[in-house]
Amino acid sequence: MTARRFVVIAWALLLARAAVAAPDLEAREARLAAQLRCVVCQNQTVAESNAPLAADMRRVIRTQLQEGRTDREVIDFFEQRYGAFVHYTPPFQATTWLLWIGPFAIAAIGLAVLLAVLRRRMAQHAHAPLTEAQRERARRLLDEESNP
Amino acid sequence: MRFLVPLAAFLGLAVVLMLGLQRDPRALPSALIDRPLPVIDGPLLQDPGRRFDGAQLRGQVWLLNVWASWCGPCQEELPALNVLAARDRVPLYGLNYKDQRAPALALLARFGNPYLHSAVDADGRIGMDLGVQGVPETFVIDAAGRVRYRHLGPVNNEVWESKLMPVVKALR
Repeated sequence: MTARRFVVIAWALLLARAAVAAPDLEAREARLAAQLRCVVCQNQTVAESNAPLAADMRRVIRTQLQEGRTDREVIDFFEQRYGAFVHYTPPFQATTWLLWIGPFAIAAIGLAVLLAVLRRRMAQHAHAPLTEAQRERARRLLDEESNP
Repeated sequence: MRFLVPLAAFLGLAVVLMLGLQRDPRALPSALIDRPLPVIDGPLLQDPGRRFDGAQLRGQVWLLNVWASWCGPCQEELPALNVLAARDRVPLYGLNYKDQRAPALALLARFGNPYLHSAVDADGRIGMDLGVQGVPETFVIDAAGRVRYRHLGPVNNEVWESKLMPVVKALR
């Protein structure tokens, strides 16, 4: 009787553990699939793509996670076969640094040019004396403001 | 003069982007170049009792062509492969990728079999080890068993002469 009860409890515990573990694996599988690029339909992740190769890749991710491999090992598995391109977010390396830094560099250059132009323009205006007509107009505007 | 600098910058960018459009985004370099060919452990298509043995091919330069009967371009390249591999005496082996035995054999019966042997990769696992993106693909393997070149897409006379044979000849 006690032995049977023990078996039942052990079973229940095992089932409960499997139920907890499965969603965890599924979440990891989904996360990894979203990080990998489908090399056939190149602007989709493995998670989004309907290509047969993407389905194969999802299956391999699942099998490897069930075998106890880490996320890093799964990513490395695909990188060895398909190259760094398989990362949906490209890693920072010799062939991609321009891609990563380029937009910020161009924005910085644009900002620097803008500042230089503005500064030069302000300097020009600071030294330009007003004509008598401009001075008269400014005086009128200021008078209007002080006596409404 | 004021507008020359932005105009020059615009034209420069336009030229760079135009050149970018000419490039084929699918033409990715294989991650396997200069690395050992992965183990191709599959049964032979014509003789399922035996398995493909890549180690036996050490010492010669050979081609591995990934093909399937369901792939149109694979059918197109078969006649060319039949003629060219025999003419230039290049050992050509096949990897029958995610295919079924009957249609694969039927295709070879219809167009002729250019392969010394074809290994069967029914579930695509070997193809994944090779980094196969889409069939057909052709790999050049050197005498030490390393991958030296990969061609994506069907092989025709022009591809054979201008891409595959120069690599093979340089390795021989």
